[in-house]
Amino acid sequence: MTRRRPLSVAAALAAAALLTSCSSDMPADSAAGTASESAAKGSADKPSKFFQQAEYERQLALAKATPEGPADKPWEQMLEPEMTDTAQYRKKGSGGTHLCFSNAGVFNPWRQVGLKDMKAEVKLHKEITDFTVLDAQGKDDKQISDIQELAGNKSCDALIVSPNTTATLTPAVKEACGKLPVIVFDRGVETDCAVTFINPIGGYGYGAVAADFLVDKVKPKGKILALRISPGVDVLETRWSAAKLAFDKSQLDVVDVKFTDGDPAKTKSIVADAISRHGSVDGVWMDSGATSVAAVEAFEDAGVDVPPITGEDQQDFLQAWKDKKLTAIAPTYPTFQWRTPVIAALRVLDGKQVPKEWKLPQPTVTQDNLDEYLQEGMPPLHYAMCGCQDLPGYPKDWGGKK
Amino acid sequence: MTTANPTIRPYRRVARSLGTGTPVYVLLAVLLVALAATDPGFYEPDRFLAFVKRAAPLVILAAGQYLVIVCGEFDLSVGAIVTAGVVVAAELYDSYPDASWAVVTGGLLLAGALTGLLSGLITTKLRVPSFITTLGMMLILEGAVFFWTGGSPHGSLPEEFRRLGRGTAGGWLPWAVLACLVAGAAAVFLMRSDFSRTLIATGDSERTAALAGVRVHRVRVIAFVLSGVAAALAAVLVGGFSGVSAQAGRGYEFEAITAVVLGGVVLGGGRGSVVAAMAGAFSLQALFTLLNLQGVSGALESTVQGVIVIAAVGLGAADFSRLRRRRTHPSGGTPS
Amino acid sequence: MTGTAVAPPTVAKSAPPRRTRLADPAVGVWLAAAAVTAAGWIVVAARGGDFLTLANVVGILQNCVALGLVAVGQTAVILTGSLDLSVAYLISLGTLVAATTMEDGSVVTAVLAVLALSAAVGLANGLVVTGLKVNAFIATLGTAFILRGWIEDNYTGPAGKVPASFQHLGYDRMGPVPVSLFLLAAVAAALWFVTRRTRFGHHLYATGGDEHAARLSGVRTRRTVVAAHVLCSLCVGAAALFLAARLGAGAPWAGTEARYDLESIAAVVLGGTALAGGRGGVAGTLGGVLVLAVLDSVFNQLGVDPFFKNVVRGVVIIAAVALYARRGTGRPA
Repeated sequence: MTRRRPLSVAAALAAAALLTSCSSDMPADSAAGTASESAAKGSADKPSKFFQQAEYERQLALAKATPEGPADKPWEQMLEPEMTDTAQYRKKGSGGTHLCFSNAGVFNPWRQVGLKDMKAEVKLHKEITDFTVLDAQGKDDKQISDIQELAGNKSCDALIVSPNTTATLTPAVKEACGKLPVIVFDRGVETDCAVTFINPIGGYGYGAVAADFLVDKVKPKGKILALRISPGVDVLETRWSAAKLAFDKSQLDVVDVKFTDGDPAKTKSIVADAISRHGSVDGVWMDSGATSVAAVEAFEDAGVDVPPITGEDQQDFLQAWKDKKLTAIAPTYPTFQWRTPVIAALRVLDGKQVPKEWKLPQPTVTQDNLDEYLQEGMPPLHYAMCGCQDLPGYPKDWGGKK
Repeated sequence: MTTANPTIRPYRRVARSLGTGTPVYVLLAVLLVALAATDPGFYEPDRFLAFVKRAAPLVILAAGQYLVIVCGEFDLSVGAIVTAGVVVAAELYDSYPDASWAVVTGGLLLAGALTGLLSGLITTKLRVPSFITTLGMMLILEGAVFFWTGGSPHGSLPEEFRRLGRGTAGGWLPWAVLACLVAGAAAVFLMRSDFSRTLIATGDSERTAALAGVRVHRVRVIAFVLSGVAAALAAVLVGGFSGVSAQAGRGYEFEAITAVVLGGVVLGGGRGSVVAAMAGAFSLQALFTLLNLQGVSGALESTVQGVIVIAAVGLGAADFSRLRRRRTHPSGGTPS
Repeated sequence: MTGTAVAPPTVAKSAPPRRTRLADPAVGVWLAAAAVTAAGWIVVAARGGDFLTLANVVGILQNCVALGLVAVGQTAVILTGSLDLSVAYLISLGTLVAATTMEDGSVVTAVLAVLALSAAVGLANGLVVTGLKVNAFIATLGTAFILRGWIEDNYTGPAGKVPASFQHLGYDRMGPVPVSLFLLAAVAAALWFVTRRTRFGHHLYATGGDEHAARLSGVRTRRTVVAAHVLCSLCVGAAALFLAARLGAGAPWAGTEARYDLESIAAVVLGGTALAGGRGGVAGTLGGVLVLAVLDSVFNQLGVDPFFKNVVRGVVIIAAVALYARRGTGRPA
């Protein structure tokens, strides 16, 4: 005990010293108004514990709307924009622009292609002299620290955030909003303090396109196998809830809903088991494209014809679609959206108007435009909707060959 | 759980290996019967062979993992070796599209062996616990491979290379089943040789083994090398079965260790048979298939899996301790 | 228990060679942390940056908290020669339970609920390990699977809402020191006291050092292992509460994507605690956590490729443990 006394005295002194300099990094209005804000905004990829009818209808309507902007540059297009003034953010003084980006991570090929897009877009603009990327490696806790670090960095002119999780990053983004212009894309946050929130139409639109295709192509009473990556991912939940709605209305029979963990081997096993268990499978709905080719192969290995199947704009699936003459469709969650934040940031720093919510089009790859999107020589996990053909370093930086 | 056993009594080891192995055969039989009851078509030759083909990578990994575990170590890097193997193969084919499948496969096996050699040397010479060595190796391999490829593999695997994992010999017998049989036979053959005695003795009591003239370091390094080769072979099969993927081997390290433990092999070394370990792998795969066919809600699948694994291992341990007590009393051993 | 080849008791007990303070891994790892910080400062300064800014130091300390809490708990379990692979899923479930309970109940109820849940999981782990004699590796892996299924079946994404009053735990600081660091310090101090100054602590070390000998000398080894598991899970519960305060909601992947299971074991081992049990302690573990956090921050500053970070981490972990082995008593791996 005698040894501990000086320690505790020291601790008490230190605590007293610290108490005098007590401070908080918490955004002041963290509790107030969050609920109403998020309800009013109805953000697209809010964690959808329950199906949101209004957002669902909005997305289906957006899918039919004509986007504004250059037709050959979908990443600059916007759907039904409500412009907002950004004069207050105009960069003062001369000198280069320093953009800062807090990335959720590069844990899947979609994000890898996207980050390459963004880096190439930065190279297009000579006025950007510095581009800092902090990678949170999929950890919410780290991304909160990353955002705090970047927001506290005096030299950052604008902050781009791709949140790992909608709900959990809201406080950090709010705090950053008070310090510099913030641009959020991909997943949203539950606050509208960001100058602009960039995202494509959304998960409901994605899921519905794929489900409608199957309703159209598969005979009534047909057996549908639904393959999902994993439960609990907001973006994927919305895709499935829209598809489920379409299937419930139709004559189709969803015989199995399985989680593949994005693992092709597990997917093959699940499909093979489903074929033997149900005698046949007449259509496959997938919530993302990573394992579509594995599903196709499972049918081939079982010696049966590949039924109508949905995928994504991943190169290997598009290639298999063409080579094997599949009946398929590929809704997309376009990777070109990674270009838009850089463009938006420069506009904001220029004091030009941007949409409060920048809705990007969400093209679908169909039989008719398959050849247009399938680029020869790209790696199997490349995403065709990258909009990267005109960027410096293409195709080499994306792993492709001329 | 591992008590150093100074005297090696061969007759007890035989009795032990039977004793530790029994529960897994019962488990496997139950699962296979349940599969037949769920799906009468399961035992049609095609279907059953497809099941074995699917189990092949895990069985091979389990055989390799057994060698490491029975000499008292862990190999957590096998999942990373599988992932790295698939990605490296794709990358090789991207640079050399005309490479022969035999060369690429051979190269992968050699690389697997080198990885195992490195893990083995670090574990034995630098005296780093294998849990840490192979955990570090896992981080290094995954990091290095994705650092090299920028996150996702560039090439794709040609049909020729994928034949071993996907194709069939003579139109009905999957190559993967053959590979599994060969690997299994090799493992059994190995465990009948002198090497097996030194391996198990090393795991049972390193000191005793060393005093008896076993070169324990060399034995362990060989076990790691063989585990690395098994993992590389599994990579070839997995890559063949399902094509390029950036997460081909995810979770395989835990599955392989679970399979080995299900087979009654004791973590910490010294006890268990390789056949039981492989039977453990089959059981695990049968369990996955059964859960799939039963249509257990996708989300609850892992819960069921967890309960069954704990229960099976728990039953195995209980069963074994009772057997041991019965056996040790008449022979005058001291019950602990 | 899980012991990779346990050394014969005679060797372990025959007067361990006196080591200098420097050779003590717990001291070594703190020196290493200082060295890494100095090296980071030099490298970053050479590139025109400033490493030891207030924001950066706060960030480093903040990043220590979650892993620190888990690793401190993991230390207790590893000291007994067991280990816990279920921590990652327990964290996820803990944040979800905390956030959903706080949404419709009081903060106190939520804290109690999370701690009760953690204690229950720890108790289950301990009982399966000691009662059913399932190896800890498999037992806790099984628990992890069970928790995973439970989470996936009950939650479809982030859930719940943490009130502002509780978020202070995640965001406030006193001067440069985050409040949450005091939570870590308190938990670590408590654990240090328990392990070093109580009877139970001696039993922990004895059980991990040689379970058989400990039992023969009257230690109730089973009870000790169970208690260690409960302690560990309580620490994990504290980490879950902290993360809930920080994230403002519960997230099903809060624990798994950060790989708290393997990271915590790595931190413990980096801190000089022997995986086989019986040697090491909380102080070293905190040093290990600090080394990892400082490394992370240096990589951040230098903009190192995230995949390359893993390579360095792997090398650092192996190298550190190899150094300890070289200095140590020569216990076989």
